[in-house]
Amino acid sequence: MLSQQVTTLIDKELKKYPADQRQSAVMAALRFVQDEKGWIAPEDMADIAVYLGMQQMAVFEVATFYHMYKLEPMGKHTLTVCTNLSCQLCGSGDTLDHLHKRLGIGLGETTPDGKYGIREGECMGACVDAPLLTINNRQMCGRLTPEKIDQILAELDKQ
Amino acid sequence: MNAPILFNTLHFDQPWTLENYLKVGGYQALRKVLTEKMSPDAIIAEVKASGLRGRGGAGFPTGLKWSFMPKNYDGVKYLVCNSDEGEPGTCKDRDILRYNPHMLIEGMAIAAYCMDVKTGYNYVHGEIFEAYERMEAACEEARKAGYLGKGILGTNFEFDLHNHMGYGAYVCGEETALLESIEGKKGQPRFKPPFPASYGLYGKPTTINNTETFASIPWIIANGGKKFADIGVANSGGVKLFSVSGHVNKPGNFELPMGTPFRKLLELAGGVRHGHKLKAVIPGGSSMPVLPGEIMMEVNMDYDSLQKAGSYLGSGAVIVMDETTCMVKALERLSYFYYEESCGQCTPCREGTGWLYRIIHRIEHGEGKPEDLDLLLSLCDNIAGRTICALGDAAAWPVQGMLKHFRKEFEYHIEHKRCLV
Repeated sequence: MLSQQVTTLIDKELKKYPADQRQSAVMAALRFVQDEKGWIAPEDMADIAVYLGMQQMAVFEVATFYHMYKLEPMGKHTLTVCTNLSCQLCGSGDTLDHLHKRLGIGLGETTPDGKYGIREGECMGACVDAPLLTINNRQMCGRLTPEKIDQILAELDKQ
Repeated sequence: MNAPILFNTLHFDQPWTLENYLKVGGYQALRKVLTEKMSPDAIIAEVKASGLRGRGGAGFPTGLKWSFMPKNYDGVKYLVCNSDEGEPGTCKDRDILRYNPHMLIEGMAIAAYCMDVKTGYNYVHGEIFEAYERMEAACEEARKAGYLGKGILGTNFEFDLHNHMGYGAYVCGEETALLESIEGKKGQPRFKPPFPASYGLYGKPTTINNTETFASIPWIIANGGKKFADIGVANSGGVKLFSVSGHVNKPGNFELPMGTPFRKLLELAGGVRHGHKLKAVIPGGSSMPVLPGEIMMEVNMDYDSLQKAGSYLGSGAVIVMDETTCMVKALERLSYFYYEESCGQCTPCREGTGWLYRIIHRIEHGEGKPEDLDLLLSLCDNIAGRTICALGDAAAWPVQGMLKHFRKEFEYHIEHKRCLV
């Protein structure tokens, strides 16, 4: 079941599109579920399909096509580290090394307590702030240094 | 240097507010168009005279594109802004969205008036959530103040704009993939023709322009197309935003007249880091062929100059690499990107990008063979120009550029199983 909070958000999003184009809200609907639960399960896709009047397979196609959807739990705080060229030149390798040192995990892994996960990101469109990471797809942190990463982790530890 | 055009609110503490935009003459161009009842033909003539070309990377003349929309058409038409800025190195549109959202809204409203469109969508790159929220707030602000919605500025002109958030797919920067994405589907590019002007969003006539392109419109209308063209050079009118990233002391976005020497741009970005020597530059986003530093130091940043030098202006994203850069490692990362981002629709791209990546990966890891370099070039020839969209070309050009200028470094890697640098 989609929560009331999610359906309220979807309803608001639906107003952007023609009444007969409910499918246009599928990307936002998946995002709302992910923001609420941390990831998207097949049951959520089925619920979204019913709510928007789409085939379940069409929801699955969208969820698997776009990188930022998480189809399995990836930690309470998912850190997505960009490793593309501008970030690579500015030290995204050092970012990953430092995160590994601090959290004991590498790309695609989650800490045993389920608190942190690290994913590899593609270009985030903020290359002048390289090297970069995003937290749960919402907050972007740039010009990373070991000290700055320590600060970020200290903040997240409090949550 | 001239007063900034696109970054004209940057001196305010909160550059994004309607109040501050109005202080620098915001929405006066829209007012002029509506009160003087400028004809669509007159607007298109100004845009053509401005020499404005698509700022997303392809450089198609904007005025000409607008003229393709059907006139006296009795049905729904759409206007779409492509803010899905994902070409590695590029992050200029993000600053328009974050710092001057009303300039984009005004530009789109003028375009909508010109092409008789009532609804627009702005497709925002998924990773820049802050920019999406800023745009949502700006649209709400504009609606309340009567710059969007029904009866704009007391006339019977009606236009509303909605933001649609992407969620991590480079290929959605391709205009028809972007339309599919707004329709709630996988972002797979459509075969063209038909072009969006006849069959676009929801099958209706649609015009799609880049963020910076739309944001240039208010100034052009307020000051005249010719004045904009005169800021730049022949065939490259106006100002352009350049994102400078990589090995520079002060990476950032810079608004400069077209035709500015690269030397000057590098200076503005604080020069090469640590006093190192400039090795190479990708001058227009990761898809554009790389050029050696010594060629770049003599090049001007405009469409024709860069093409003459063997690359393209693209999106205006400049990735700077100093003498410590291993070109094999750099190319390995770029090739992985295109492999990862290929939508899988066309065989040459789906299979070819993986093939390119695997070969470059093995060269980087000391397992390359002498014949690999010719194999890479042969693969490029069989990808570029053989796919529905330009992602195939985008995957091939960096490989071709690297092998043209830095082949020796690849040969060294294959022979000695380690880096030259």
